[in-house]
Amino acid sequence: MIPGVEGFMYPNEVELQWSLLIVLYPYITGLVAGAFILASLERVFKVDAVRPTYRLALLTALAFLLVAPLPLQLHLGHPERSMEMYLTPHTSSAMAMFGFVYLWYLTVVLLLEIWLEYRADIVRMAQTTTGFTRVVYRTLTLGSENVSPRARIIDDKVGYTVTVIGIPSAFLLHGYVGFIFGSVKANPWWSTPLMPIVFLFSAMVSGIAAVMLLYMASMKVRKTPIDMRCLDTVAKYLFYTFVIDFSLEMLDLVHRTYEADESFRSLDFMVHTRLWFSQVILQIMLGTLVPLALLAATQLHKFAEDRRRAMYLASGLLTMIGIFAMRWNVVIGGQLFSKSFLGYTSYKVQFATREGLLPAIALMLLPFAIFVALVKLLPPWEEKRGTGEATGD
Amino acid sequence: MDISRRELFVTGGKLLILASVGATFAEITGAAPPGEPYRMADHWWGMLIDIDKCIGCGSCVRACANENHVPAGFFRTWVERYQVEEGRQPHVDSPNGAMDGFPPTARTDLKSFFVPKLCNQCADSPCVQVCPVGATFVSPDGVVLVDESYCLGCRYCIQACPYGCRYLHPAKNTVDKCTLCYHRITQGLTTACCENCPTGARQLVDFKNPRDPVHEFLRKNKVQVLKPYMATEAKVYYKDLDGSVR
Amino acid sequence: MRQLFRDSGHLIRPAVVLLAALGVFLVVRTALIPKAFGKYGHFSPAALDVIRQRPLVYAGQEACVLCHEGEGKERAAGKHAHVACEACHGPQAAHANADDPAAHKPALPDVANLCRRCHERDAAKPAGFPQVATVEHSGGMLCNACHQPHNPHL
Repeated sequence: MIPGVEGFMYPNEVELQWSLLIVLYPYITGLVAGAFILASLERVFKVDAVRPTYRLALLTALAFLLVAPLPLQLHLGHPERSMEMYLTPHTSSAMAMFGFVYLWYLTVVLLLEIWLEYRADIVRMAQTTTGFTRVVYRTLTLGSENVSPRARIIDDKVGYTVTVIGIPSAFLLHGYVGFIFGSVKANPWWSTPLMPIVFLFSAMVSGIAAVMLLYMASMKVRKTPIDMRCLDTVAKYLFYTFVIDFSLEMLDLVHRTYEADESFRSLDFMVHTRLWFSQVILQIMLGTLVPLALLAATQLHKFAEDRRRAMYLASGLLTMIGIFAMRWNVVIGGQLFSKSFLGYTSYKVQFATREGLLPAIALMLLPFAIFVALVKLLPPWEEKRGTGEATGD
Repeated sequence: MDISRRELFVTGGKLLILASVGATFAEITGAAPPGEPYRMADHWWGMLIDIDKCIGCGSCVRACANENHVPAGFFRTWVERYQVEEGRQPHVDSPNGAMDGFPPTARTDLKSFFVPKLCNQCADSPCVQVCPVGATFVSPDGVVLVDESYCLGCRYCIQACPYGCRYLHPAKNTVDKCTLCYHRITQGLTTACCENCPTGARQLVDFKNPRDPVHEFLRKNKVQVLKPYMATEAKVYYKDLDGSVR
Repeated sequence: MRQLFRDSGHLIRPAVVLLAALGVFLVVRTALIPKAFGKYGHFSPAALDVIRQRPLVYAGQEACVLCHEGEGKERAAGKHAHVACEACHGPQAAHANADDPAAHKPALPDVANLCRRCHERDAAKPAGFPQVATVEHSGGMLCNACHQPHNPHL
């Protein structure tokens, strides 16, 4: 009798291969994609109301994107060989595209868009600061101090194009992760054409929720009143996206239950036992139904401002937890049952090991630290000239 | 030294018999006659497993572990025991992969049998398809191998294998699996598991060798592969595999 | 036109940075890719040689019989004709390939447990396979008290 194993597992299946860190990775890239989509709402789809969150969303995306490769590096048996993905990418493997999609998105989309958006501020700060800070800003100008109105118009046009390219790029950055799972015919919990779409929509949900929460937190820290028109609009888009995401997940569930193929009985048992808390309680009830109910209520009835803020806060936090639970249920759930459909194993998260809870917590906190640093370096809020008064613009 | 004519004939005859046995054996197993270099293009390897001959002794599991220094708790090959009761899911076990055989089968009233398992050396291998860097591959002679010096240890291939035949080597941190004893078959020997199987339940076969018994075997017997709906073009064929086998 | 170039000239800079990085990568790449990668497929052919050169642990029956002719003949005459020598005697490549095989003398098989592993009666074993309930069959006596392992027929 093997501890933690119930029934029969193929002997090599007992130990899980993809751990907590592999749950974290799609969560982080999901936040990147979602935050960027929110930014593109303003830029491309001209939803003016969310303008106050535009720069914030870009910085959020960058902070999380910089951390994204780290859980993968900690997971690899030989992280020092990761360059091989750039040297000899195997074009039949979805995973091989990671390195290229990541670099493309980081440089040609995100960094370029941030640079174009912030250029005027960067040049101004290069001219007005001193010492080491000045060196940093001068480097960021890439040697050009041309911020004439006509140049800025061109920046705006190019930025628009970059955002337009950025939307499918963001879809690719996160959608390919869904494909990595969805294309594995050996695993019936993962194998479905819906997987990339479900991943993408849940990414958008978590990204929008993250930016919403960061906006609320930032305004609180700066003791500035929240632009409620902006917040209400962000919450509205969160609601719509969540409805689509929930429908897709329910579609998958209903489809599986209806078709009841050979894997169904085994997977059903797994959901009712090992995944009961993380899937039914955490992901579906607390992480989806409760936030949806709260958000739906705010759409149907005009609550007072402070009540709305509290409801958005609660929905945002529950959503972030729920989407994490979704990643957990996909990655870990897919490895808890045997491919013989005759048994189950268990996953015990270790604490201070390379792939344990401690590095996972550190990796989740790191993007926020980077975010704070980025906000200091590239303030999302412009100061009104002369009055020194900060605006929420 | 004086040799009598009789001695000459006897010794010469022995040598002749030995040489022809060796040559015939080489022909049958498709091995290159000694001296000739091994040409990958001349071979397409696979295996035949006869369920009705397997006695669950575990000799194959031990032999493989010895030959390939397989770490304890991980398996390049293993044997499963099925006990099938009407109208119920089969009861399956594989204590330590059957390294030490099996404890006595408790119920004598059920249909029960042993199923040796190993890498199916798929020609259209899903594990090779997902490797991001080309560390695992199908060799030109049909063996799925891992380049230990190139594997990242991402474990995508382990997830993609429908048969559970891969594992991460705990000391090397690279993926490991059955190599069909590539180091043996390329020098005219058979795999460690086939060598040590006392009943001939496991047989190495070379589909490109026209004299290999596999061709007649496939023509005359009903054979299956594991999980045929996965369409992996598995090259390990089972004779008399029961429908309950997973 | 010149005005347009003056206003958009700064865009050259990130483009140059990216292209320079790409150039460096392409150069470095040719140096780092394993030799002859892709010759037979998307892998390094050197791996085939590395794997082929792994040392043998089992010698194989043919090798044993070359020296141990007598035992080989005895075996060929009986029911254990197709049981490999090393299945009972353990891996012997070290013994077979040694300059002095006597220095790598194989240990005697553990008869008490060895024979039982195959021949203990079990419901899951094929019916036609010779199997006995050893306790009743030999009453605790070792199998080789009566059966000669190379040709076990009585």
